[in-house]
Amino acid sequence: MFDVAILGAGVSGSALAYQLSRFHLDVVVLEKENDVSLGASRANTAIVHGGYDPPPDTLMGHLNVDGARMCMELVDRLDVEFRKTGSLIVAFDDEDMKEVHNLYDRGLQNGVPSMEILDGEEVSRREPNLSKEIIGALWVPESGVINPWEFTLAMMEVAVREGVELKLCEKVIGLKRQDKGFLIETERGTYSARYVVNATGVHSEKIHNMVAEPAFHIHPTRGQYYLLDRSVGEVVNSVVFQCPSPLGKGVLVSPTIHYNTLVGPDSEVVEDCENTSTTREALDDVARQAKRSVPSLQLGSNIRNFAGVRANSDYGDFYIKISAPYFLDIAAIKSPGLTCAPRIATYAIELLREAGLDFKEKETWDGTRSVVRFKEIPEEEREAFIRENPLYGRVICRCETITEGEIVAAIHRPITPVSLDGIKRRAGTGMGRCQSGFCGPRVLEILARETGKATEDILQDKEGSHILIGDTKEGRV
Amino acid sequence: MTRQDYELIVIGAGPAGLAAALSAKQHGLSRILVIERDKELGGILNQCIHNGFGLHYFGEELTGPEYAGRFIDQLEGSGIEIVCDTMVIHLENGDDWRIVHAMSTENGYQCLKCRAVILAMGCRERTRFAIQIPGSRPAGIFNAGTAQRYVNIEGKMIGRRVIILGSGDIGLIMARRMTLEGAKVLACVELLPYSGGLNRNIVQCLHDYDIPLYLSHTITNIEGRNRVQRVTVQQVDENRRPIPGTETYYDVDTVLLSVGLIPENELSREAGVKIDRRTSGPFVYENLETSEKGIFACGNVLHVHDLVDYVTEESQAAGKAAAAFVLDGALTDIGHVIEIKTEPTVSYTVPQAVRVNEVAKSLRIFLRVNKIWEETSHIVFRDGDNVIARFKRDYMAPGEMENVNVPRVLLDRVKGDMLYVSIEEAQR
Repeated sequence: MFDVAILGAGVSGSALAYQLSRFHLDVVVLEKENDVSLGASRANTAIVHGGYDPPPDTLMGHLNVDGARMCMELVDRLDVEFRKTGSLIVAFDDEDMKEVHNLYDRGLQNGVPSMEILDGEEVSRREPNLSKEIIGALWVPESGVINPWEFTLAMMEVAVREGVELKLCEKVIGLKRQDKGFLIETERGTYSARYVVNATGVHSEKIHNMVAEPAFHIHPTRGQYYLLDRSVGEVVNSVVFQCPSPLGKGVLVSPTIHYNTLVGPDSEVVEDCENTSTTREALDDVARQAKRSVPSLQLGSNIRNFAGVRANSDYGDFYIKISAPYFLDIAAIKSPGLTCAPRIATYAIELLREAGLDFKEKETWDGTRSVVRFKEIPEEEREAFIRENPLYGRVICRCETITEGEIVAAIHRPITPVSLDGIKRRAGTGMGRCQSGFCGPRVLEILARETGKATEDILQDKEGSHILIGDTKEGRV
Repeated sequence: MTRQDYELIVIGAGPAGLAAALSAKQHGLSRILVIERDKELGGILNQCIHNGFGLHYFGEELTGPEYAGRFIDQLEGSGIEIVCDTMVIHLENGDDWRIVHAMSTENGYQCLKCRAVILAMGCRERTRFAIQIPGSRPAGIFNAGTAQRYVNIEGKMIGRRVIILGSGDIGLIMARRMTLEGAKVLACVELLPYSGGLNRNIVQCLHDYDIPLYLSHTITNIEGRNRVQRVTVQQVDENRRPIPGTETYYDVDTVLLSVGLIPENELSREAGVKIDRRTSGPFVYENLETSEKGIFACGNVLHVHDLVDYVTEESQAAGKAAAAFVLDGALTDIGHVIEIKTEPTVSYTVPQAVRVNEVAKSLRIFLRVNKIWEETSHIVFRDGDNVIARFKRDYMAPGEMENVNVPRVLLDRVKGDMLYVSIEEAQR
C-alpha cells in the first residue's frame, strides 16, 4: 500500500511528487499516457506569470507571486531553461489604460514586485516592433519564459530518482474506498493507497466525481498557437499581452527560451478534452489579433502550429481541497497553473498534513539535477569536452545543434522516453525549422539502439503513434 | 585531419561539393578540405536509387549512387582531404582568411583557417507547418525526402495507404516507390494549376501507375489521433483559397509532402552572405562568388535545381573561380557591374549580377519562369529600352529550369548598371 497516489503526471502532479520525495513516504504517480507532461503542460504559453492578473481574493491570486518566485529558484536547482524577460500588458486606448491601472492595483494587492506603468513612447523604445497605436503599458519585470515540459520532466525525474514510483500508461478507471484508503483501478491493474491526489487536469472533474459530490464543471478550453523561426529575428524582447478579457489573457506575442517567437492562444470551449487539433479559422483569428500588437509579424516563418486544452472551469478558481476523506483535489488548474505549480505543491502538503498524513523528512535528499547542453559550452572548452565525451561531437539535430551525447544522456535519465517527441522534450531535437525532417530517422535509430527496441516499436508521440510499419521488400531479405 | 591552413574548404560532399572540389584541384589548388556531415559522401544522391541521372552530363542513365560514385572515384587518390561525420556549425569571414568551425567525434571542435570557402550544403524540405495545414498532429506525415530515406536507406516501410501533397519531383518519385513496395497511393494533389515536377516524372511515376494528379487542389485538414486516419482535399480558386463545397475525403494512414525545397543558408547568413529572397540562396556574381569576398556557392544551396547535371556544371565553375581567387588574389579592378533584374514573368536568375570584365566569351544565366508558356516565346534581356539579347523557346514551365548564354559582346553594349529579363510571347 502506498502512502500517497498522485493521479496525473502533468506539472501539478510532478511538482507535488518532487516536494513529496523529500519525505519518508511511499508515493506512486499514475499517468495514463506514455510519458510525463503530455496534457496542457506541454502545450501552453510557457510563461512564468508575474501575478497581476488573478483577483486577490482567489487562491490563484494568493499563490501566484510565491509560485513565480519558487519557479525562478527551481529552474536553477533543476537546470531548466528559463529567461526572465518581463511582461508588458499593452493599452490601445483610454479604456485599456484604465484596465492597465486596474491590473497595477491588483498586482499590488497580490504582492507583485517592481511593476511600472509606461507611456507609449517608452513602450516603443523598449519594443520597436510594437504597434504605434499603443499608448501605454504595464511593465512586470518579475516574469519570464520557461521550458514547460522540461520543468515538469525535471521535477518528476528528481522525484523518481529520490524514490517516487512513476507508472506510465496507467489510466485510472475506478476509485473505491477501502478501510485504510483507496483501491485504484486502472485499465491494467490495481493499486492501493491511503491518500489519493487528483491532479488530472482536464479530467479532474471525472476523477473528483468518482468519490465526491459534483462541485465544479470543467470547460475544456482549446488554445491554438504559432511558433515562428528564429530567422525573423527577435520580434519582441518581453512577453507582450493585450489587456485581458473574460475569455482569458488574450493573444500574446512572446519570445521563447530558444529565441523563437510564440504567438497565441485563442480561446474556444471544446467538447472533447483531448481535441488538440488546429483549425484554419482559429489560426487566422490568432494571426489577426496578434498583428494588432505587432503589425509587421511574419507568420510565413511559421515552423509549428499546436493547440493545448486547458482545464478552465465554472468554479472561477483553482479547486484545491480535501473533497472527501483521504482525497485531495488539485483540480481545475488553469492559467496561471504552471507558475503556481511549485506553490500548489507546498499548499497541498499543508492540506495533507491537516488531513493526518505524517511528514518525516529524509536525512538526505538531493533536489537538484543538471544536464549538458552542448550549445551552452563556451567555445574554448568544446574541444576538451568532446575529447572526453566523443558523442557530443556528433550533431544530430542540425537546426538546434543537438548532439548525440545529449540524446543518449536524455534516454538514460530516470524516466526513459519511448518516442521521438519524448526525446524532443528532453533534448530539444526536432524543435527547429526542419521539424525533424533530417534528424527524425537518426533519433529513431539512436532511441531503438539505446533501449534495445526494434525501430518499428519507436513511436512519434503517444501510444499507437507508430512511424514505421515494417520492412520493405528488399529490407526483408 | 592535419592542422594546416587550407587554400579551400568545401562545405558539403553532395554532387555540388564533390564537383567543386575536383574542379578546384584541376585548376591548381593543392590544399583542399571537403567537410561532409553524413557518414558517407554523395549527399542526397545516396537515397535517390531511381535512374535518370547523368543523361545530360555523361550521356547515359545512372542511378543517384552511381552518379555520385563517378565523382567519389575521382576524388580517391586526388590528394583532396575529406572528413565525414563532421558538422560545420559556424562560419566567419575575415579579410584574408575565412574560419570554419567544425565538430566531430573524431576530431573534436576545430576552427579551420582557409583562403576560400565553397558553400555546398544543399537544401531542406518545406514542412507541413511552413504551409500551415491545420488539423491534428499524428504520426504518418512525412516530408517526401524523409520518407525516401526510411524506404531506400533504412529499408523500412512507412505506410500502406498514401496521399501525396505537392507534385515536386521527390513526391512523384516516391509515389512510384511506395506503389512498387505494395502501398496504395490514392492521389497526388497540387495547389498550383501546373506541376512543379519534370514532365517525364509525371508520366513515369503517376500515369504509368494510374495515380490521379489533381491540380489546383490542396489538403485542408488532417485527422487522426495517433496515426493519420483521414485527410480533407479541396479545390482552390485562382487565389489559391479553398472553395467551400469541394471537400473530398481520403482514408489514408500516410501523407507525403513534396511542397518545395529551401536552400539551407543559416551558415551563409552568419558569415554575412547576402541572400536573394527570390532563390532563398546567396546573391552571386558571374563566377558564383557571393557578396562576401572569397565565399562561393553552388548546387542547391544556391538555388534549387531539377537536374543534377546542371549542379555538376555549376559547381565546376565555382571550383574554378575559387581556385582563381586563391591563386590570383581578389579582384582589384571591378569595372562595369551589371545587376540582372527580373520582371514579373521571371521568378529568378542565377547569377544575379555580372562583372563584365570577368566574362571571357559568354555568360550562362539560369532562370525560372513562373507560369507555363505553351506558345513560342522569347526570353528577352533589355537595358531599359534597348533589347540586348533575345532567346526563343517553344515551351517553358516553372518546373524546368531554363538557361541561356549571353555573349560578352552583347554585355559590353549594356548601358547603365541594370539588365532586365522578361518573357514575351513571340510576334506572329
